[in-house]
Amino acid sequence: MYFYRVMLSNTWFEVGRYWIFMKGLFVKPEKIVVYYRQVKHELNSIGVGAMGIVIITSVFMGAVITIQSSYNLVNPLVPIYAVGIVARDSIILEFSPTIIMLVLAGKVGSSIASEIGTMRVTEQIDALEIMGINSSGYLTLPKIIAAIFVLPFVVILSMFAGIIGGWVAGDLSGTVPSADYIKGLQDQFVPFNITFAMIKTVVFAYIITSVSSYHGFYTEGGALEVGQSSTKAVVYSSILILVFDYILTQLILA
Amino acid sequence: MIEVKNISKHFDKKQVLENISCTFEKGKINLIIGQSGSGKTVLMKCAIGLFEVDKGAVFFDGRNFSELSFIERKPIRQEIGMVFQGGALFDSLTVEQNVMFPLNMFTNQTLKQKLDRVNFCLQRVNLSKVNKLFPSEISGGMKKRVAIARAISMNPKYLFCDEPNSGLDPQTSIVIDNLIQEITEEFQTTTIINTHDMNSVTEIGEKIVFIYQGKKWWEGTYNDLKSADNQELNDFVFATKVMKNLKASL
Repeated sequence: MYFYRVMLSNTWFEVGRYWIFMKGLFVKPEKIVVYYRQVKHELNSIGVGAMGIVIITSVFMGAVITIQSSYNLVNPLVPIYAVGIVARDSIILEFSPTIIMLVLAGKVGSSIASEIGTMRVTEQIDALEIMGINSSGYLTLPKIIAAIFVLPFVVILSMFAGIIGGWVAGDLSGTVPSADYIKGLQDQFVPFNITFAMIKTVVFAYIITSVSSYHGFYTEGGALEVGQSSTKAVVYSSILILVFDYILTQLILA
Repeated sequence: MIEVKNISKHFDKKQVLENISCTFEKGKINLIIGQSGSGKTVLMKCAIGLFEVDKGAVFFDGRNFSELSFIERKPIRQEIGMVFQGGALFDSLTVEQNVMFPLNMFTNQTLKQKLDRVNFCLQRVNLSKVNKLFPSEISGGMKKRVAIARAISMNPKYLFCDEPNSGLDPQTSIVIDNLIQEITEEFQTTTIINTHDMNSVTEIGEKIVFIYQGKKWWEGTYNDLKSADNQELNDFVFATKVMKNLKASL
């Protein structure tokens, strides 16, 4: 009982501190032009820096989805082009906005938490505060803005890469002829699915950057604690992405 | 002048500072000395507002810093320069960008004006040809000098240095001490140095505050220190053979 009470009080403490941290982000910035420069830097670091892993993951996942779908759809009443429909909808609805964002929680989230955590333990954040700079806003807000702006483009790129990966794999393996796959891609397309995917991406981008920044910002100790903060950032971001994936799907699609 | 009045601070159940009052004078080098864990750094961090005090207040030229909000503290903070123990330079910025950082944040100067100021500050700390290097590419002593250059870039009225000589060889320590002394005299700053380097005490200490177990144990000038009969102070200051010999020769 005592264990659960302590765990509950720790959880409320973390939630409360997270909201205080978030409130601090929106204090009037010192100089907009400095924030603008920071946002440009973060766009490059978060967006361009993630392109490689996103494309590689997407191509192979698209390929696997296509081959597995064709392996499972053996009923002669189901046309072969259904594989294209399944691949397209899986990629657009779930794979690109959720799985890729989980991958990015690992890549971008750990990088943000360790960067800010290292700044904390080497007193760089104290140096900012002594100068009178709102350190949480200066370090975190540009990351959140950049992620919300750039990650939807990364996810769209992932959708293209996944669909192309599926096309190539289906054609090379001979399981789904090219014409059938393309017919499947075009059949029963619901444009709202893209909107839904973008809504999810924006929410997940906010979760990854804010949760990772929070864990980095409140790091105490040394190198070991920076590593722990980084791990926590990835774990909590991933769990929240999955929880919000369910909530958003229930709210918007159900 | 900075006045610390009856400040106390605790962490969890541990009382770290207890009812400390002292005055740090303008244009002088004020040293806070004491054993490791005595509360020196906490006292300094309370003075600059990185820790909120439980009780008491800190006054910057009569302005009660402790009762101000984050926003209200900004004008005073811009009058403060701080040199951290490890330098606390921003890793992702070059030396030039580090020194220029406060100017970018708080002034509307042109790039040329800012570069002139950066070069002046770097020259003042005897650094040249390092503008484009990153902190990871320079030595520990150079990092401290860059940190001093960044601290003086906004012409501070108050200069805080947290163990500026830690991790430096004796010769470089003397260079840093002399530099801080020159800057204090030149810009008439209220300089507060946190140290347990006895060489700094003998070379540049003008006003000294000795902290012992979270309490102010002794306060006075360097001349007072030589003749002080405070047991804990003498045990701390004259702990090494060199200092014992110095005491014997006085």
